[in-house]
Amino acid sequence: MLKYVIKRVFMVVPVMIGVSIIVFALMRVFSPDPAPIVLGQHATIEKIEAWREVNGLNEPVITQYFNYLSGALKGDLGTSYYTKTPVTEEIFARFPATIELAIAAIIFASIVGIGLGVIAAVKKNSIFDAAGSLFALVGVSIPIFWLGILFIMFFSGFLHWFPSGGRIDVLLKPVEVTGFYMVDAIIEGNWTAFGNALEHLVLPALALGMYSMAIITRMTRSSMLETLSQDYIRTARAKGIAETKVIGKHALRPSLIPVTTVIGLQFGSLLGGALLTESVFSWPGIGKFTVDCILKSDFPVVQGIVLLVAVIFVTINLVADLAYASLDPRIKYSSKKER
Amino acid sequence: MTTPDTGMSGGPMAIDVTRTPSRCDGRPVILDVRDLSTEFVMKRGTVRAVRDVSFTVREGEVLAIVGESGSGKSVAALSAMRLLQAPGRVAAGEVVYRGKDLLKLPAREMRDVRGNHISMIFQEPMTSLNPVFTIEDQLTESIRTHLKLDKKAAAERAIEMLRLVGIPSPEKRVKDYPHQMSGGMRQRVMTAMALSCDPDVLIADEPTTALDVTIQAQILALLAELREKIGMAVILITHDLGVVAETADRVVVMYCGQVVEEACAEDLFEQPLHPYTLGLLESIPGMDETESDEPLYMIRGMVPNPLNLPTGCAFAPRCDYRTEQCVREMPPLVERADGRKLRCFVDVTEVRQ
Repeated sequence: MLKYVIKRVFMVVPVMIGVSIIVFALMRVFSPDPAPIVLGQHATIEKIEAWREVNGLNEPVITQYFNYLSGALKGDLGTSYYTKTPVTEEIFARFPATIELAIAAIIFASIVGIGLGVIAAVKKNSIFDAAGSLFALVGVSIPIFWLGILFIMFFSGFLHWFPSGGRIDVLLKPVEVTGFYMVDAIIEGNWTAFGNALEHLVLPALALGMYSMAIITRMTRSSMLETLSQDYIRTARAKGIAETKVIGKHALRPSLIPVTTVIGLQFGSLLGGALLTESVFSWPGIGKFTVDCILKSDFPVVQGIVLLVAVIFVTINLVADLAYASLDPRIKYSSKKER
Repeated sequence: MTTPDTGMSGGPMAIDVTRTPSRCDGRPVILDVRDLSTEFVMKRGTVRAVRDVSFTVREGEVLAIVGESGSGKSVAALSAMRLLQAPGRVAAGEVVYRGKDLLKLPAREMRDVRGNHISMIFQEPMTSLNPVFTIEDQLTESIRTHLKLDKKAAAERAIEMLRLVGIPSPEKRVKDYPHQMSGGMRQRVMTAMALSCDPDVLIADEPTTALDVTIQAQILALLAELREKIGMAVILITHDLGVVAETADRVVVMYCGQVVEEACAEDLFEQPLHPYTLGLLESIPGMDETESDEPLYMIRGMVPNPLNLPTGCAFAPRCDYRTEQCVREMPPLVERADGRKLRCFVDVTEVRQ
């Protein structure tokens, strides 16, 4: 098991090199020159030239890349062109917001998705199945930013149930310990802040989780249908145990094995920053920040974020693969054969 | 009619049927299946997989249900246990167990019967156990449900059951997952599971078909031994007449969803009355026939399409003894003076002489 994990961790290295080359090249090819944006429209040519020199942009691209790489290996991802703060700091200041949103979204997507998938499979060809499948189809097809806007218009603008954007009311903001406002509010014992943070979280989490929910519903349904036709389900019924236990235990657990991968992959992409959702709901996370930085050609920040997202994605995949072993006893990650 | 001679002159078969007479009747009936009909409603039409099947199971006896694939024997058993999956459904009939019709029982009471009073072993040991739970987990489930034991007592009972079915070092194997066991072992586990609540009736649906011959013999011996010990009745569903001859007290022969003959095992093997039974017995290769040049007997033709059964006797198109009447009308299942039941217009014994 440990050997397997180490092997997988080493496989991150080529992925990182590839990702860094691609993002480095893309930024330099497609983004406008950052210097005039940073210095403003009225900057003189000399000033621009000096700024480029200081930031190493006059070197050949390959030299730039190796400079960046040697810095990155030492943990230095550079500083933002605008704020002059280290990229790592910029990212970690915003990351908790994104994690909080992603966790909320994946919890919603998993619970509702698995629930709907199970109901659709158990009541196959019934009205529940049709409704679940339709819901899943809508969830897959609907663009997130549009759904977000609809949510804001209806739940926020019309019903006034939830705020339309942001993470928390400014005055209620708890002292940052973890950066997760809901956790910080609990630490502070401030339940008003907790409730307020939760209210802010609901709409973006629903909008963001909708697509994953739909995917999980479909996966659960098909996996569950396959499991329900297995001989061991008949065995379980022949034992005389309650039908809820037949479904909830004997059928659900084997069905969840493929669903786990899907949840892992979905969570990975949610953590990468929900660009659209965060922008629509003015959620101060990585996603919105990425959009801002791309528009401003803030090379070091964009590169840093993309690298981080790649690491997260690979890690989540590894965790999902390891979760297999706990769900399916037939899978063992070891080089040596046991017993 | 009681004590059979072995090696009948000109008889169709060479299976040794010496056994102590006769557990065949006299004991009280424990399970009474009456006029059971099961249908599968599909787009192409309705398949009547089981048609007016009746049989009784007496306390402690082994009743064999014999027939080829698709004859409805498994479906009949699953119908009685109400384990049939859509599109199959029981169209008519009663399954009376201890004065109650199982087909009309509320789901909760039916669950109390399943696995507790009537339990079942299936054909495929490789796929009949859930791959993601331990043997202990799967074994204790029915024990805890029906015997209301606590976790520890149930675990002990599970180990005891595994020992009973002959699994070595059961304390260790109980923690295993199904994939760590061989097919024969898994069938033993299935047997342990089925017997864990001391059932009155065990339905064994082709328990040895998926196993190789030596393991088959082991499992059959185990079933016979446990039947003696626990004293339950066994419904043995099989297409293997050798198995029937070795183990059964009474035999029900099914063809195309109908019972065509029912008799005590020794009577059936000594003197089969239905042409289908006769055909089955004659197509068993005998030890003394290997030297002769005569090809092995086979029943001509094919099983009719279940969507389009003949109007008369279902076996008529393949029957060597058929008459005009057989093609026109369906023979009824008639109980004869000696207690045997037969669905045939022709007296085969007379024609053959």
